[in-house]
Amino acid sequence: MAERAPPDLDTLSFRLVFGAIAAIGLVFLVAPTLIVLVTSFTNAATLKFPPPGYSFRWYAALADPDASQIWSAARNSLVIAVCATILSVVIGTAGALVVSGNRAPWARALDALMMSPLVLPALAFGFGCLIYISLIGLSPSLTLLIVGHTVVCFPFVMRTTLASLAQLDPALAEASESLGASRLRAFVKVTLPLIGKGVGAGAFIAFMASFDNVPVSLFLADARTEVLPIHMWQIIDNDLDVRTAAVSGVLIAFTLALMLIAERFAGLTRQLGR
Amino acid sequence: MAATRGVPRGSDLPLALPLAAFVLACFVAPLAVLVAVSLHADNELKVWSLAQYARLLGETYSLRLLGETLWLGIESTLVCLVFGYPLAWFAVRAGARVRSTLLFLVVLPILTSVVVRTFSWIVILGKQGVLNALLQGAGLIDEPLKLLFTETGVVMVLAQVQLPLIVLPLMTTLSRIDPNLSSASEALGAGTWRTFLRVTLPLSVPGMVAGSILAFAACVTAFVTQTLIGGARLVYMPLFIYQQAVGANNWPLASAASVLFMLAVLAVVYALNRIGRASRGFIYG
Repeated sequence: MAERAPPDLDTLSFRLVFGAIAAIGLVFLVAPTLIVLVTSFTNAATLKFPPPGYSFRWYAALADPDASQIWSAARNSLVIAVCATILSVVIGTAGALVVSGNRAPWARALDALMMSPLVLPALAFGFGCLIYISLIGLSPSLTLLIVGHTVVCFPFVMRTTLASLAQLDPALAEASESLGASRLRAFVKVTLPLIGKGVGAGAFIAFMASFDNVPVSLFLADARTEVLPIHMWQIIDNDLDVRTAAVSGVLIAFTLALMLIAERFAGLTRQLGR
Repeated sequence: MAATRGVPRGSDLPLALPLAAFVLACFVAPLAVLVAVSLHADNELKVWSLAQYARLLGETYSLRLLGETLWLGIESTLVCLVFGYPLAWFAVRAGARVRSTLLFLVVLPILTSVVVRTFSWIVILGKQGVLNALLQGAGLIDEPLKLLFTETGVVMVLAQVQLPLIVLPLMTTLSRIDPNLSSASEALGAGTWRTFLRVTLPLSVPGMVAGSILAFAACVTAFVTQTLIGGARLVYMPLFIYQQAVGANNWPLASAASVLFMLAVLAVVYALNRIGRASRGFIYG
């Protein structure tokens, strides 16, 4: 290697280009969240950035009686997300257990079918739901919203659980069963603790996906069951109310707190990164 | 997802049947009803016909809308790939600390509400927004750029909103590539660029495809981002379906548009899947 290039211009240029793009990408990812967080503390009535001065007035405005619609929408969203998450965990985990490692054609078909809500346009599904329930004579309700959300959220749980199951040694549960544990007991005592983190990470994503869902709620929610993202979308679409920034601030704090909890107990980023 | 190992197989049917029933009743049935309604000529759903499809496929407006929506998804996905790839590349090579911090930063936006993120982009892209102020301050432009309510704006925002969907699968794929391969390539005299282009990049195609499928599917159906950043005059397929379904109350037409939209998205996903499978054969075959 006599004629190796001096301090390797090739490597240097590569690192420079990749580093620059990655840095821009990172700013691109994080800046919007920071900017809206800073803007929410503005003392002005416009969304100017940087704000002319800082205050808590828009957070205080959330406590006003005329903000009650925001709160009831938030309560609806929370109830729906909690229920949809519980259902998603049951269905997603059961689905993963049935499908995992099963090479039978019917299991492959069930796998593909259960994962398809992830790629099919949710808006088309939401509209289909609206037609479906009105044809069978039901009217929009909280229960139907929960079921609709569950359909688009359980694949997240199923995916992370499948990833956990793929790394599990089947000999463990087999050993437990051959030592006399029932199948249920082997599952609860051996399999579940080992895949718990995968289920937990999926549950967290399912919760956020439901809390944030628009395409399904757009068709299934009415005035009584209005959800937060749709209410905010309407506020922003009609007039750029600065209270939206304060709601955004609350939501960011809420997400961050949930994420730290999920990180602590389910190793969220490790689960997602594999 | 090489799920070759798993729980021991007993009888799975008691578990599989209720699941299949749930998926059929709550997911397949609404879609089947959608297809059935789309095959009607009238709002009372009495006359079966292909009139809605003939109308949609015969009009340049609806065809252009479908094309523009798919193109929007492709553009945004490409922007995601360009920015997401180096991020994933660095995250995989970084130490455990930096790596988990990067992952946290990458995941944070995908978990904050889409409405919140789209809203923050309104603050950034507006005439007196952050971006125009920065560009004007740097003397790069004299007049503020019109970014809000333009396709460029929508692509930018969609790319940011869906970037994590590309980065996560890419990280998985990149971390599974044997580092000896690029070492070997460099030891044999290929430079860093050449090694990247001839070894790492081809080996990471499955991750790129997996991420692209998720990002594309999310971008084309991103109703909130499309309507808030695009405004009322930039109409894409989701808004068109919503207008026809709720505004005009024309369920058969909206259903037919939904079905065409789904088929088009599935066709793109299928094509991407084929690319992914072909590249896997090329790598391991």
